[in-house]
Amino acid sequence: MSVSVLPTQPWRATPRIMATEAAGVLAALLLTLLTLRFTGFSGRLAAAVLFVAFATAISSGIEWRRRGFEAAQDAFVRAMLLTASALVMLPLLSILWTVVQNGRAALRPNFFTQDLTSASGTGPIDQGGAIHAIVGSIELVALATLIAMPLGVLSALYLTEIRGRLSGTIRFLTQAMSGVPSVVAGLFVYSAWVLGPGKGFSGFAGALALAILMLPTVARTAEEVLKLVPEHLREAGLALGGTQWRTVAGIVLPTARSGLITAGILGVARIAGETAPLILTVFGAVAINTSMFNGPVSALPLYVFGELKLGLDTAFARAWTGALVLMFLVLVLFAFARWLGGRNTR
Amino acid sequence: MSDAAVQPREITTSPRPSDRVFRGIVTAGGLTSLVVLALIAIFLYVKSHAVFTTFGWHFITDANWTPDDSVKMSTGHYGIGAMLVGTLITSVMAIIFAVPVAIGLALFLTHYAPHWMRAPLTLLVDLMAAIPSVVYGLWGFFVLMPMAINWSMLINHYLGFIPIFSVPVPIFDRSPFIASLVLAVMIVPIITAIAREVYAQAPRDHIEAAYALGSTKWAAMRAVVLPHGRAGVIGGTMLGLGRALGETVAVYMVLNLVYSVNFHVLQSAGGSVASMIVNKFGEATSFEVQGLMAAGLVLFLLTLLVNFAADLVVRLASKGA
Repeated sequence: MSVSVLPTQPWRATPRIMATEAAGVLAALLLTLLTLRFTGFSGRLAAAVLFVAFATAISSGIEWRRRGFEAAQDAFVRAMLLTASALVMLPLLSILWTVVQNGRAALRPNFFTQDLTSASGTGPIDQGGAIHAIVGSIELVALATLIAMPLGVLSALYLTEIRGRLSGTIRFLTQAMSGVPSVVAGLFVYSAWVLGPGKGFSGFAGALALAILMLPTVARTAEEVLKLVPEHLREAGLALGGTQWRTVAGIVLPTARSGLITAGILGVARIAGETAPLILTVFGAVAINTSMFNGPVSALPLYVFGELKLGLDTAFARAWTGALVLMFLVLVLFAFARWLGGRNTR
Repeated sequence: MSDAAVQPREITTSPRPSDRVFRGIVTAGGLTSLVVLALIAIFLYVKSHAVFTTFGWHFITDANWTPDDSVKMSTGHYGIGAMLVGTLITSVMAIIFAVPVAIGLALFLTHYAPHWMRAPLTLLVDLMAAIPSVVYGLWGFFVLMPMAINWSMLINHYLGFIPIFSVPVPIFDRSPFIASLVLAVMIVPIITAIAREVYAQAPRDHIEAAYALGSTKWAAMRAVVLPHGRAGVIGGTMLGLGRALGETVAVYMVLNLVYSVNFHVLQSAGGSVASMIVNKFGEATSFEVQGLMAAGLVLFLLTLLVNFAADLVVRLASKGA
């Protein structure tokens, strides 16, 4: 006689439990509606609070009847965690939704082809655009990357290749540097460059400030990536008689290439939306400025900020569109870095 | 047999010239962070020491900020007391709002959410950290503020007898309360990221052991996961605090800067050192700019201190675990 043992999952919710839970949620919904109908409570906030309170109470109550006090506590915490998660998701979805919704109005071809030399920031939205800000942002970010990328990778190389006595200190200071408020980076560049050798606002000053903010991100990510390069590859390079320099340049860096690109992209995503340091260093302009060392430059975050301060409906529409374009760029960069990073670890 | 025979043979090589250059360059590059941090402190101090010598400690304790008057030829009076207190109030309130939510979300992401939900939710939270602060400001001003004004009125109506919730002048927009809500939304992803990491590292076998002893999920969390992650969460909280202290543009849009200390958090009057710098920068006189640099230096040292403390806590925690 053969006995076949079927696998069971005793912890799985039975149809009966699922039905009870569904009924509980429905009851909470019903209670909420009744309370809103027959008491002084009204509005979305009251509805949300009442629903969460009723649902939590009902599910805790069901668990208490079924399995006692400990289980009721468990159900209560589960409901609270769900609420907390919803509390984070709501603003995020609200931000994405409103930026897309409000940014559509001024999202016209002229936004990408014209600047604000002939049109005013408060004029009708079919005149003038933000091409100067888009070009300025690209210039600033490119120059900042040119400065911060080599320095960041060198910092990471010190931590993974040289492993000197200062490793702990440098890791610590890089961490501290990532906490420097962006406005302080801007003030520093203003005092050290704009008031000094730079002789006034310039794109280069802005790029310097952005590079300060970008460096820690690049250094930290690059360190993580270089750590993933297998030790035996380094040893193989040295065993073949290569110097450390040849080993790093010929083996370590090429192995980590896509990871280093990820580090760069994350750094760019970090600085592309920075506003405060740019107010203090590049000042903003209404036309494209191709010189990075002479005169103010504009940038997308500055454009959004400037339009917002003008305080008229058309200016607000422009600000939202600027925010939409800016956020689109940042999110694309972020997604690209994620995709590249995910490919790298596999 | 002499002792010398058992001594291991010592092999020494001297690095090639190319390696010496390479190591020199990399070490120099590695020192960038040290150099930059030092330069920031030195430059801001050199450019602003006149302010510190003129006002001394009053620069930090006095609340009023009166610019120089070019007509009356009088020099102004500069003190960031109100701004400093305002910064601390909004930042601490933001932490109070953000930490419970971030802990809840991190716990949900690591131990409660169904597996198919974890990756997309984590991506969304990381994405939140990448949204530019000017966008948060825009959203805070146009979307959050109209709602938050109603919440302020509710709190004031029912809890107005508590001094900090009372409002001498009933204007509720651009208050520290609203600014701290925006800041809270901005720092939740930072705290969540770190809390998630430490919660995910909680020893699996201890959790299983708790289940085997018959504990509920929450009891297992309370006994194993939360204690394991406590120090990491404190470190993450301080990193969030550092970020909140230095946030400029988003706060600028949703906070009405008033140069007197105000503890009525629902009132349309608050302070923020970082926002003040941007606010005053445009029309500042040359001595006032030095005052702004001094304010920047204070903010720099404050955030540095918070970040050092955060780093120390996280390091002690990882040593203890």
